[in-house]
Amino acid sequence: MTTTSTAPRQTAKPPAARRSFVERWLAMIFLAPTLLGMALFTFLPIIGSLVLAFFRWDIISAPQFVGFANFASLAEDPTVRVSFLNTIMFVIVAVILQLGIALGLASMLQGRMPSWLRVFLRSTFFFPLVLSAASVSIFMRYMFNEQFGVVNWLLSLIGIPAVPWLTSPVASATVVVLVYVWQNFGFSFLLFLGALTNIPKELHEAANLDGATGWKQFSNVTLPLISPTVLVASVMAIISALQVFDQPYVLTNGGPGDSTRTAVLVIFESAFQQLEFGEASAIGLVLTVLILAVTALQFRLSRRFVFYQ
Amino acid sequence: MSSQTLHTGTDKDSGSTTGTPATHRRSRRRGRPAAGTVGRYTALAVAAALTLGPVLWTLSTSLRAPSESFNLPPSFLPINPDFTAYQEVFRQINVGLLVLNSALVTGLIALGQMASATLAGYAFARLDFRGKKAIFSLVLATMMVPVQVTIVPVFMLIRGMGLSDTLLALILPAIPTAFGTFLMRQYFLGLPNDFAEAAALDGAGPWRIFRSVYAPLAVPGMAIVGILAFNFHWNEFFRPLILTISEQNFTLPLGLVTLQGNLGTGSISVVLAGVILSMLPALVVFIFGQRTLREGLTAGASK
Repeated sequence: MTTTSTAPRQTAKPPAARRSFVERWLAMIFLAPTLLGMALFTFLPIIGSLVLAFFRWDIISAPQFVGFANFASLAEDPTVRVSFLNTIMFVIVAVILQLGIALGLASMLQGRMPSWLRVFLRSTFFFPLVLSAASVSIFMRYMFNEQFGVVNWLLSLIGIPAVPWLTSPVASATVVVLVYVWQNFGFSFLLFLGALTNIPKELHEAANLDGATGWKQFSNVTLPLISPTVLVASVMAIISALQVFDQPYVLTNGGPGDSTRTAVLVIFESAFQQLEFGEASAIGLVLTVLILAVTALQFRLSRRFVFYQ
Repeated sequence: MSSQTLHTGTDKDSGSTTGTPATHRRSRRRGRPAAGTVGRYTALAVAAALTLGPVLWTLSTSLRAPSESFNLPPSFLPINPDFTAYQEVFRQINVGLLVLNSALVTGLIALGQMASATLAGYAFARLDFRGKKAIFSLVLATMMVPVQVTIVPVFMLIRGMGLSDTLLALILPAIPTAFGTFLMRQYFLGLPNDFAEAAALDGAGPWRIFRSVYAPLAVPGMAIVGILAFNFHWNEFFRPLILTISEQNFTLPLGLVTLQGNLGTGSISVVLAGVILSMLPALVVFIFGQRTLREGLTAGASK
């Protein structure tokens, strides 16, 4: 903008220079609330976390430098180790389910269909996204109640005996995944729907003429065309699943045993229940590194596999 | 899940019918579409039922008498609505205060984000200053930092500022928004440049150009930022759980989880009545702002 305005240099230079001076100041004022806020509530806390991770501190007594002890305890403390394994398992299962369901439903919404039905289905699959994860976990906990829950009642209709959903390790981990996916598949669904709708119709018609239909057309035509979206949707789903907290906190509180204890649940417990602020910071940093690694992987993969038009 | 298996099932069927193009085209017109369509509609119906079922069950169970609410068979349709649970939930928890707290926190965060993101987004989109690219990357980078990493220092910072256990502890840290700034920058970049050039010819300075030309046009973008902030913070659980201590500062999700803890499985329709009440604002957003919300949610993925 300013480069064009400074073009007639001889005559217009004084006002243009004044203008860019005013513009710089205005930019600074406009940026101040956001940048100061971020400095205070994001950058300073990141530095704080980095420092705190090398201390033992319970807020009450003076902080004590412990070197890498907090990170070492991540490897040694069985609860922390299990929580990371749980989180990784959770991410793998939940993300595959979420993306699979989302992609399946989004492609089923393509093709001929009354438009009111398409709008209805789109709204339906989107709806859980506007609810709070805490509220959803509250009613789901009742639905998965072993004795009186509606899930076991429905299963009993087809002769399946009562499943101890919230009291057996495997079943409770399953419930956390199901409740999480129930609420979040709509987001990936919206991304896929947008990508699929943007594919030019002619490409499908051409593929039909060449005899590529169904699965063949999907894997050779559709999937390459929406591969950028698949990548973005996967990364967003992985990052958000790595931070799962509300569902395990409300549904099972990490139990039975440690079977549904996730990384963030351990951050919460070690900081605000055991007052191990240093250890909590160390776990948080490891989680951040995981998230950054996933993002970095996204960029590498997108160069290699993703097909851009 | 079942929808998935059904889906891949139909795909395999259609794949196996592709022998030569000729036979394939014939089968497409006669046999296959019917089978494929049935499978497709069955899968969609199952998925829709699994999505809406739990919500319908919650609604109709909240409308059962508290003492009968956990009786089997369950109810999916409120045939004989009983509003006792709704009266009882007001007696058990201070619903008015929880709603007020949630509304204050959510509303002020939304307004704060709309204002700060509009200013910052405008600066990044239409003003010229040194280090613009670097500063913008820095702002975007904060999106990578999960709230759980900063929560311990933020908790201490809040204590240091003397804001422990106040609503401001929830509001202030949530106002700077990287995603909102990003959205507003995109929004302003999408507006034509001609307006600014015309105004500059008339002698308008950078402030006047913003104030009288671009700010009035920013409203649709601001609506996206506001509605996203509302949807996220109305439902937020992790930060209120940590940053509020006394019940008088609880927000709705926190109050409901506490209520569930207190009542257990005794009279679940009371808890579910609270859940349904807390969903009402989200429902309003869903009905009137769904399009805006959809645009906002998917905006980050497009570029």
